[in-house]
Amino acid sequence: MWDYTDKVKEHFLNPRNVGEIEKPDGVGEVGSLACGDALKLTFKLDAAKDKIIDAKFKTFGCASAIASSSALTEMIKGLSLEEAAKITNEDIANYLGSLPKEKMHCSVMGREALEAAIANYRGIALPMAEGEVVCECFGVTDLEIRRAIQESNLRTVEEVTNFTKAGGGCGKCHDRIMELISEVRKTGKPQLIPMSGPKRLTNIQKIKMIEDVFERTVRPTLKKDGGDVELIDVDGDYVIVSLRGSCASCTKSQTTLKEYIEKKLREQVLDTLIVEESKV
Amino acid sequence: MSGTDRVIYMDNNATTMVAPEVLETMLPYFSELYGNPSSMHTFGGQVGKAVSDARGRIAELINADPEEIIFTSCGTESDSTAILAALQAQPEKRHIVTTRVEHPAVKNLCSSLDSLTGHKHRVTELPVESDGTIDLQRFEDSLEDETAIASVMWANNETGVIFPIEEMAKIAKSRGVFFHTDAVQAVGKIPIDLARVPVDFLSISGHKLHAPKGVGVLYVRKRTPFVPFLIGGHQEHGRRGGTENVASIIGLGKACELAARHLVKENTTVRALRDKLEKGLLAKIPNALLNGHKTARLPNTANISFEYVEGEAILLHMDRYGICASSGSACTSGSLEPSHVLRAMGVPFTAAHGSIRYSLSVYNNEDEVDFVLEKMPGIIANLRAMSPFWQSR
Repeated sequence: MWDYTDKVKEHFLNPRNVGEIEKPDGVGEVGSLACGDALKLTFKLDAAKDKIIDAKFKTFGCASAIASSSALTEMIKGLSLEEAAKITNEDIANYLGSLPKEKMHCSVMGREALEAAIANYRGIALPMAEGEVVCECFGVTDLEIRRAIQESNLRTVEEVTNFTKAGGGCGKCHDRIMELISEVRKTGKPQLIPMSGPKRLTNIQKIKMIEDVFERTVRPTLKKDGGDVELIDVDGDYVIVSLRGSCASCTKSQTTLKEYIEKKLREQVLDTLIVEESKV
Repeated sequence: MSGTDRVIYMDNNATTMVAPEVLETMLPYFSELYGNPSSMHTFGGQVGKAVSDARGRIAELINADPEEIIFTSCGTESDSTAILAALQAQPEKRHIVTTRVEHPAVKNLCSSLDSLTGHKHRVTELPVESDGTIDLQRFEDSLEDETAIASVMWANNETGVIFPIEEMAKIAKSRGVFFHTDAVQAVGKIPIDLARVPVDFLSISGHKLHAPKGVGVLYVRKRTPFVPFLIGGHQEHGRRGGTENVASIIGLGKACELAARHLVKENTTVRALRDKLEKGLLAKIPNALLNGHKTARLPNTANISFEYVEGEAILLHMDRYGICASSGSACTSGSLEPSHVLRAMGVPFTAAHGSIRYSLSVYNNEDEVDFVLEKMPGIIANLRAMSPFWQSR
């Protein structure tokens, strides 16, 4: 029998916020029937789209999965999305007193559902689904494993299994998990997570992301040749830009536009974007 | 987590209550009758006599000769002893036939043989059908000249499915292959007659038939080559070293005497209770499925899957009412995957995670079955109400 805290038992037997919010602002679904636990989290924001005013869950899983879901919904109510996004699996476990170490993956599932729900609201893709699948049995990627190693300071394959389930099936990936542990612990920071094509972005989100790519990548490159670029407008998939400096008079400006800027934006923001020069 | 003092114990395949008569028989051997059965003096000798009587009772229950009974510490030791003895007695044979649904005592021993012995072994794990039964032809075809031993459980601990051990032992015998059966779940629940069933080795565990934990038996048929597992003194005619666990052995003797007496009751009263429970659950709860063959099954076991809910959560809700059972879910198996038995049977994940095993004994009564039937539908409905997979039904 698992050694559950009174708080885990209490949340399991009297779970808060069971159900699904109608017309939710964000929906996050993680886990699967095959894996033995799954969680569907829905939340509603206030009129200003600033604070989470309601959160509900539906969970298939053991006592600690149900308790973690219940705790999560209680924890995020009243928080802004930025505050909610900072909640870690350790926070969920701490809220419940603690979880048996073999059950830490239940709190990780809670955090993942929250991330998925926030990403769903923001219209961006979840990075964790990307990456190399390390554990075939439970479909866990290297990104999830690296993050768990980093965040919870994991040192052994067993600990990684407790937190992510990776390695809990056939065991063929144990060597790879060992490699990941030594890689992460050596560099001391998680590998950069490549963002691939986020879907269903709002215009404001798109603009922010495009400007970000311009700031980090495009402008520094163009400036080397005395050029520059400015974002004029975003209309659906059309990104209207104005080339400045030497670029404005450059004969290869169309190449720069299509082969470089458009390519970068498609890689890092959305793969359907079309870059055009402002005619004004 | 129990909110009640009432305990409804339906987990008898995990362990059983020590019968009051068994405990009573044992008590003097913890106090005044503390002699060593191997001693030359009368004081120890009377203990030796009691151990010998117990041996007789165990032999009687399975229709064997008392000399064929070796006392061990548990079912696991019996299994290890049998398989390793057969391998050591025939060093030229390195193939083993077993099944995918064996208890870990056999399954994990077989997968550890190479590192344990330093020799390469081949292990054939026979598959089972979706109802947990085995194909006899497939068993026969798996036996080779190289096969040292076939080890097949008499009845499965999770589903209660009974294998045709008589036929299998005869096939093995005709092929000159030693046959071991882990009969830990079968002894005391169904009739076992070793005069008719030509097994070479058979394992028994005391605590599964109302004797205490920490005592087991390995039956070894006369003239079967044998190599001891525990080497030491002359106890058990040199076949198992170590001073006997006297009180428990005497308790097991008493338990076997009771089991012989209760055998009819197991197959009538207990079976009727189990059937009522099983039929009731399947009728009252939608999406409930029986795991295992309908009839070729121990009279006390019902393994039922409640789709779209998880076993540990079910068990903990049952626990509030004092109802004790087991689950084949991942969260209760100590690993992250559901029961290897249910997976071997091809039970879908939707059902495997929500499997509950109810295993009854002669100490259960109809009131208890009614109480469980009253409580289970609410427990399952409650959990399904929060299951993301149930809403779409």
